[in-house]
Amino acid sequence: MEANPRSTGRLPAAFLTPGSSSFLDFLSAHSPELLPSHRKLPEGVLDAPHGTTIVAVTFDGGVVLAGDRRATMGNMIAQRDMEKVFPADEYSAVAIAGTAGLAVEMVKLFQLELEHFEKVEGATLSLEGKANRLSTMIRGNLGMAMQGLAVVPLFAGWDEGKGKGRIFSYDVTGGRSEEQGYAATGSGSIFARGSMKKLYSPDLTEHQATTLVVQALYDAADDDSATGGPDMARRIFPLVTVITEEGFRRLTEAESSELARSVTERRLTQPDGPRAALL
Amino acid sequence: MSTPFYVSPQQAMADRAEYARKGIARGRSLVVLQYTDGIVFVGENPSRALHKFSEIYDRIGFAAAGKYNEYENLRIGGVRYADLRGYTYDRDDVTARGLANVYAQTLGTIFSSAGEKPYEVELVVAEVGAEPEGDQIYRLPHDGSIVDEHGSVAVGGNAEQISSFLDQRHRDGMSLAEALKLAVQALSRDTNGSEREIPAERLEVAVLDRTRPQQRKFKRIVGRQLSRLLQADNAAVAKTDEPSDEVPEE
Repeated sequence: MEANPRSTGRLPAAFLTPGSSSFLDFLSAHSPELLPSHRKLPEGVLDAPHGTTIVAVTFDGGVVLAGDRRATMGNMIAQRDMEKVFPADEYSAVAIAGTAGLAVEMVKLFQLELEHFEKVEGATLSLEGKANRLSTMIRGNLGMAMQGLAVVPLFAGWDEGKGKGRIFSYDVTGGRSEEQGYAATGSGSIFARGSMKKLYSPDLTEHQATTLVVQALYDAADDDSATGGPDMARRIFPLVTVITEEGFRRLTEAESSELARSVTERRLTQPDGPRAALL
Repeated sequence: MSTPFYVSPQQAMADRAEYARKGIARGRSLVVLQYTDGIVFVGENPSRALHKFSEIYDRIGFAAAGKYNEYENLRIGGVRYADLRGYTYDRDDVTARGLANVYAQTLGTIFSSAGEKPYEVELVVAEVGAEPEGDQIYRLPHDGSIVDEHGSVAVGGNAEQISSFLDQRHRDGMSLAEALKLAVQALSRDTNGSEREIPAERLEVAVLDRTRPQQRKFKRIVGRQLSRLLQADNAAVAKTDEPSDEVPEE
């Protein structure tokens, strides 16, 4: 309001006009300049920090979403303790790989979109509805993605209707697909996916699932230079979040450092990690 | 062209105020009280879906008496204001004081513009602080004035009587159950002083609970939790609070 010099202090008419429950719709009608998708980009290629690997795993009773902490700009490490996993609302979380600045902005908008709907309607969106909303937002970013500023999230949440944790992955065009069991995106995702493929089973416990994602992130960091492994010296550990019927929970530093420590210690004697049976 | 009758500004405003007050008085009153862990909103509301109380932002709640479509409009305006402000600046920059100010400006402009019908609403905007001292409660009557309230506040048709009842009995550091009981007691008194029973399923109760671990402190209290609180209360009151019920009322 204060940002608007024409403001008289009274709520502008747009605020009091009945309309959609979407914050994005309101923003694009009232202050389109605040939307990332309405921004004009100059010609040329822009080099901005990129977030790298994120992984998700379902387990019996919920879903785990985790990310490494490194952001890179070309071959430089731009940030060592970046946060890439965020609560979207009480029962879902979103993690991002891609252009860091845009991705964080998109997450902020997405959180607000869900919260706004909830407050206006007095009811929460279905998990499917939330996943579709995110899809629309990525589609709106396609112009920037074409210029190299892509954002590719993973979305995970507890589906109250179905009584299970679910994972949705996206491509830059907003294409959405539900993943069974486990998923990864970002530059280290090929290695993380390989790792999870061998370790995953549908009857994991919560503790096994959180260990699994740390193993997968370790493997991604092992083979992808843009992904950061656990940094024992600086005490920077993967961000691990768990969503169950109880809602969203981020592992405390003590919990994630313990996970990282046990995985790293085993790797000292077995650098390639746990072995799967040949048959 | 015929000359319109002259109406003095005083008379015009008095008429508008009376019109708004009558509209508000048709609805049921509601109360907002501070308790030790936050702020509780209590009202009689037969509807499960059309709420009188709602969340505006992390620590800010909204309560309204009067005409539903008008306060719903203001509520959504407030949610849009808060979300836009939080998005533009930071979540901490959304305050009840700021929100109360835009509501006051909005209501005031509508009230004094001759072309518009005054809104038949009375609002409460409350923000829960980290400590009880940080709690803020603002009452916004139909004409756009702001009243900074402490402890307890009632709005709606019967508000004056309920307020004086609450003023005598509300104290700092009440538990949620005590505050809820007091609120229900206040709401059950009719204008002629007789009491009637409000069943739990006709109550709408919500809190801004500062002890909630989430960033968003607003929570509705429904079903079993509500009846448990109401009952816990009756048991405790039978022993301790009985004498205070004897306080004669003005």
